[in-house]
Amino acid sequence: MPAQKIEHPDSIIPRKAGVAPGEGPEKGLITLPGETSREAEDLAGGTYLTTKLDTMVNWARGNSLWPLPFGTACCAIEFMSMVSSHYDVARFGAEVVRFSPRQADLMIVAGTIVDKMGPVLKKIYDQMPEPKYVLAMGACATSGGFYRVYHVMQGIDEVIPVDIWVPGCPPTPDGLMYGILKLKDKIERGEIKRG
Amino acid sequence: MSTLTKFSAIPYTGPAPTNREPYVPANVAQTDARGEEIAAKISNNALQQERGQDMPSFSVDRNAIVDVLTSLRNSGFTIPLDLFGVDYPRRSGGRFDVVYQLYSPQANERVRLKVRVAEDESIPSSVGVFKGYDWYERETFDMFGVKFEGHPNLRRILCHEMFQGHALRKDYDPAQRWLLTEQGVAKLLPKIDPKFENVDTDFERVTLNLGPSHPATHGTLRIVVTLDGETIIGADTEIGYLHRCFEKMAETHTYQQVIPFTDRLNYCSAIINNVGYCMTIEKMLGIEAPARAQHIRLMLSEFMRISDHIICIGTNLVDMGALTNFWYLFQPREEILGLVESCCGARLLPTYTRVGGMAVDAPADFLANSQRLVNMLPKFIDDVEKLIMKNRIFLDRVIGVCPISQEDALSYGFTGPCLRATGVPYDVRKASPYLGYETYDWDVPIADGGDTYARFLVRLEEMRQSLRILQQAIDRGLPPGPVIVDNPYVALPPKERVYNEMESLIYHFKLIMHGIQPPVGEAYFQVEGGNGELGFYVVSDGTKNPYRVRVRPPCFPIFEAYPQMITGQTIPDAIAGLGSLNIIAGELDH
Repeated sequence: MPAQKIEHPDSIIPRKAGVAPGEGPEKGLITLPGETSREAEDLAGGTYLTTKLDTMVNWARGNSLWPLPFGTACCAIEFMSMVSSHYDVARFGAEVVRFSPRQADLMIVAGTIVDKMGPVLKKIYDQMPEPKYVLAMGACATSGGFYRVYHVMQGIDEVIPVDIWVPGCPPTPDGLMYGILKLKDKIERGEIKRG
Repeated sequence: MSTLTKFSAIPYTGPAPTNREPYVPANVAQTDARGEEIAAKISNNALQQERGQDMPSFSVDRNAIVDVLTSLRNSGFTIPLDLFGVDYPRRSGGRFDVVYQLYSPQANERVRLKVRVAEDESIPSSVGVFKGYDWYERETFDMFGVKFEGHPNLRRILCHEMFQGHALRKDYDPAQRWLLTEQGVAKLLPKIDPKFENVDTDFERVTLNLGPSHPATHGTLRIVVTLDGETIIGADTEIGYLHRCFEKMAETHTYQQVIPFTDRLNYCSAIINNVGYCMTIEKMLGIEAPARAQHIRLMLSEFMRISDHIICIGTNLVDMGALTNFWYLFQPREEILGLVESCCGARLLPTYTRVGGMAVDAPADFLANSQRLVNMLPKFIDDVEKLIMKNRIFLDRVIGVCPISQEDALSYGFTGPCLRATGVPYDVRKASPYLGYETYDWDVPIADGGDTYARFLVRLEEMRQSLRILQQAIDRGLPPGPVIVDNPYVALPPKERVYNEMESLIYHFKLIMHGIQPPVGEAYFQVEGGNGELGFYVVSDGTKNPYRVRVRPPCFPIFEAYPQMITGQTIPDAIAGLGSLNIIAGELDH
């Protein structure tokens, strides 16, 4: 079958950055419920779509984050709440919790990092393969929180780069999910380039 | 809001603040008389009774401490509860007080010993008397620089290896940090158990490091094991990876400001920590929270205990591959957290109590929601029990795994479910009831064997007993009245009055600026935490900041015994055993 031209060229551009789900028409690679499955039919019918490889790869990365929970304290308990049945982060594709840094691409630093833990955190970060993202969960990982004291690191950005900070002490599971969604947006916009 | 009627228009006419006056404990004559009896029994010249304390208290000459501890142990004081230091830099005749606290389960009483020691002096180590004092002495060395002669391994325990100075000394700057580089990380080499030293096998010995970031270590614990084939023949542990300096922070904050820090000790059952700390300060102030506040405290404590055990059982089963229970049990746990949220707005770390009562009143549907939870929870507990207790794989993995004998458990200073799993029916709620636990009908579950299976049984049954208490508490209903004491030297006046009345404004200002000022002295108070006896020892010098706050973390001695418990076991057994101990790093490392 000869290739057909798609009527609305805009519609094959992947979801625009910064558009939250539900705000305005999201057209692109994903067929949303209620939307006509035009693109899908086109694909099935042997049509083509054009996009940048980077955009597509970033879209895939953003939707399949594999978190490594670097849980040390209270925040880790809220992280557990987020992955367990009630909140269920699987809805956003980030439920494949890997405890090995070799298999993960998102490090969630959940809890206070003390000076004694600093070298360990750095080492584990170094062991993660590229591309890798870091989410600092809670006040302690962000800035030391209210522990301004002799054995507590004043924010993990002293030793590793951070992509997203989530406030709260501890953040609620909803807050953490929001952080993960923001990170996803950031990745899809292609703002994180490293390696 | 009920707080509107809390303050009458007439200014408060109760006792004036007790600033700089000495603290007088309740029943002081009785305590002193009991102290005399104990002193007569021990009959050691080095023992001098200190009167006017909240428990029989003695000062001991440092060279005689081992003898005194031995005779106390032989006369029934078998649980070493605590050992810590207090620094008085300007005092002549020895700068540090090293405080030993013991408990006798038979006589249900406590005793406190104080040893005065100067900076250049050392104390004979009492590791030979109580196994549990090994880590406590290391901690006192780490924090104060007090040396213990004859200690087998006197090195830092909480602070890292490149740390300089001793952090809890009064002249140590609280914010002074020291950098740890990778070269400075401790190299642990476990000692091989004498039992296995001469065993001849075909296997090469391997030393394996687990943690501090390891999926099965539940937080930040580091375990180093030496393996002979699959058998662990020697193990060592390292803690301090979550040392958040609770005790130093407490000294730099006012009494009210310490409450959020207590939440973060055992973050799985935060309200119990709040209650323990606030009741210690209330004990020093000689006040009691109103009946309504006590009732809310009791109910939420029991809900928190259930939630604590849910996390312990759920994650322990995850370690053994039984993921279902974790997903399943977290549902009621979310409901419990929802109940806490409805009371004060926060889920996990609520900081709900205040000195003298609660921050706000419970919502109108509190009892109805509690009843719904109490109706719902038994099904979850029964289902989990059915899922695991007839499961051959589970039983094979827990029966006889990581056992500890009753004698060892006592010598290490175990409390809580882990001690009750060895057959000692010690529960603070029964032994020295608070919040009116004595008026409820419930039992202390115990089990035999001290293995992982026994700990499972005790935790499951404890959840049911907590539900029994809760049902009775719901049936009694919340007592009417305010939730915080009517004392402007302790509790803030309601905002509506602060904006409209001069007196309330002044009280508010005074309390914010000058804080609560308990009388000069020291007090210890204990509650039953999720893992055992959670005690707070507070020294007040009459100012707005505590002079010293010591927390007695129940996890600390339990994890101390862990290397002994896993020696002779395999790695998977060690993991199953660790989960059943419910080590909470925040509490362990304070």
